[in-house]
Amino acid sequence: MKKRKDKQTKRPLNVKNLREIMTPEGVPMRLELGERGDRAGAVMIDLAIMFGCIIASAVAIGLIFGFSGLGRLGLILILLAAFFFRNFYFMFFELRWQGQTPGKRRMGLKVIDRFGRPLSSEAVFARNMMREIEIFIPMGIVLSGNAVGVSGLMQLFAFIWVLTLVCLPMMNKDNLRAGDLIAGTMVVREPRILLATDMVEKTERDTNLKAPEFVFTQKHLAAYGVYELQTLETLLRNTSPEGQNKRAVAGRAIMKKIGWVDPVPTGKLDVFLTAYYQVLRKKLEGQLLMGKRKQDKFDNTK
Amino acid sequence: MVSQTVKSYQFRAERQEKWTRLEDMVQRAEKDGMETLSSTEIFELPHLYKGALSSLSVARSISLDKNVVDYLEALVARAYFLLHSQQRTVGVAFKRLVVYSLPSAVRAIRQEILVSVAVFILGLIAAFMLVIENPDWYFSFVSQELAQGRQPTASVEELREGLYPKPAEVKDLDIFATQLFTHNSRVGILAFALGFALGLPTIWLLFTNGAMLGAFLALYHSKGLLYELGGWLIIHGSTEISAILLCGAAGLAVARHYIFPGKYNRMEALAHFGKQAAIVAFGCIIMFFAAGILEGFARQLVTSDWLRYATGLTLFALWVGYFLFGGRADPSGDGA
Repeated sequence: MKKRKDKQTKRPLNVKNLREIMTPEGVPMRLELGERGDRAGAVMIDLAIMFGCIIASAVAIGLIFGFSGLGRLGLILILLAAFFFRNFYFMFFELRWQGQTPGKRRMGLKVIDRFGRPLSSEAVFARNMMREIEIFIPMGIVLSGNAVGVSGLMQLFAFIWVLTLVCLPMMNKDNLRAGDLIAGTMVVREPRILLATDMVEKTERDTNLKAPEFVFTQKHLAAYGVYELQTLETLLRNTSPEGQNKRAVAGRAIMKKIGWVDPVPTGKLDVFLTAYYQVLRKKLEGQLLMGKRKQDKFDNTK
Repeated sequence: MVSQTVKSYQFRAERQEKWTRLEDMVQRAEKDGMETLSSTEIFELPHLYKGALSSLSVARSISLDKNVVDYLEALVARAYFLLHSQQRTVGVAFKRLVVYSLPSAVRAIRQEILVSVAVFILGLIAAFMLVIENPDWYFSFVSQELAQGRQPTASVEELREGLYPKPAEVKDLDIFATQLFTHNSRVGILAFALGFALGLPTIWLLFTNGAMLGAFLALYHSKGLLYELGGWLIIHGSTEISAILLCGAAGLAVARHYIFPGKYNRMEALAHFGKQAAIVAFGCIIMFFAAGILEGFARQLVTSDWLRYATGLTLFALWVGYFLFGGRADPSGDGA
């Protein structure tokens, strides 16, 4: 549980995958789509658990009836158990855990309603009923060749069609599978970001300066925009040794760009960068209040 | 001190405590359900959510602290899902499906059901006529593997034997029936799935399945065994064929509302009507399951013709009654 959370917070948000859902209060909510790889992983985990359950129940039935005299009643019970797990496993968990299954929990995914309404039980039934077509029929085709129940030309047609449905998530920008399409659902990454200390406050605590060590002029601050500021924030929050190197590179680039002449001692680099971050943020936020948003260093509109 | 003059820092400092309180509540509710919250907390939750939402809205426009904005986005989304979720337990959800959602979904696609029944009967009549006229047509409708010796050249005795199980055969037959159940349910599911291909293959599938039945009927009719075949078929067929027809209708419903979305846009139409169609198809899986059990057990145990007819027709009446009169009133009062 804890491990997953760490993984989640470290991975940066992918802006291209953001989707907006309008809340009834009129504030759009931004959510990140679940990636195809993660979703495939979640399904694999779920299928593994499900087949594990089927095999376990088959063994249990075998133990009760005795393997040698399993007989037809035993076989029928095993078929029944397989039927129930196959049809109700996903439904059960998605209903119980509000759009999550064990696999989705592990991968940090969640099913939501595409239109921002509550995820209804009907939608859960509908999206999981489609797995019959998207997973189990193709699986049957691979395993036995004729699992579609029709023959001749129709079989070829059905095969192509089922293949199309399976590949559907690769063919639309929201990664919707057929089940999501008809149930009006969408799979998003579970939102989970921790509140870190504000960089402004952090500087003060760390350095505890009486008088500012570095003084920046307006010319120094005019070089960058919001994008660079937030990139710098991400860099400063990165505490790994790798981050140290990145900061060294970024520090040199910044000094060159703003024309900083005094050499900064290597040990003071972080102090220099945080001081610059702080002053730049203050300036850019001040501009925001005046309705001017300097998007990045190329944004020079007056 | 710089922090005193950075406005977004002050903004955060004033509200941070409420955010963390909301986060703590959401965390607990996500983990162990709403029951873990005290009644004061339940009362407080929507207010804290609204507060966080407005903080988010302000933070987006005044704060350049990426972490704060991202944190609020995540927090608001989590609280939103918590507040806007249907707190139905699994049992209640399934009960609602059976008592309300399924029969009303079936009634909602009644026009498509008429079409699928018409197409099926058309196939049935066409094949019946053709095979009566000339038995050579038989294998155009029924594949060799499905026929299993039930062919025009077979004698009356051979055909009659197939209809009534000999006691020794019973054991192998019911496993076979469970296998067959999966075969027919796949035809049904496929009829539904092909609805996404704009419905034409669904119509074709319904027609050919009707034709197959028509050819069977014609064959047995020509040997004077129509009444007996009827009993053999109807005991599970009344459930199974109804399910195939419903699946086909569900597929047609998806196709229809995709092609003619009406007042919705295509995606909304698909989400709204597709959901209903999928629920019908899910009901059909249950019906196929029932049909498989009937085929495996009842048909082997009930060998008298009129008892077979009585069982089959009673079941049919029960299905029709359930779909016609079930779930007329929404039990929970909230819409789908």
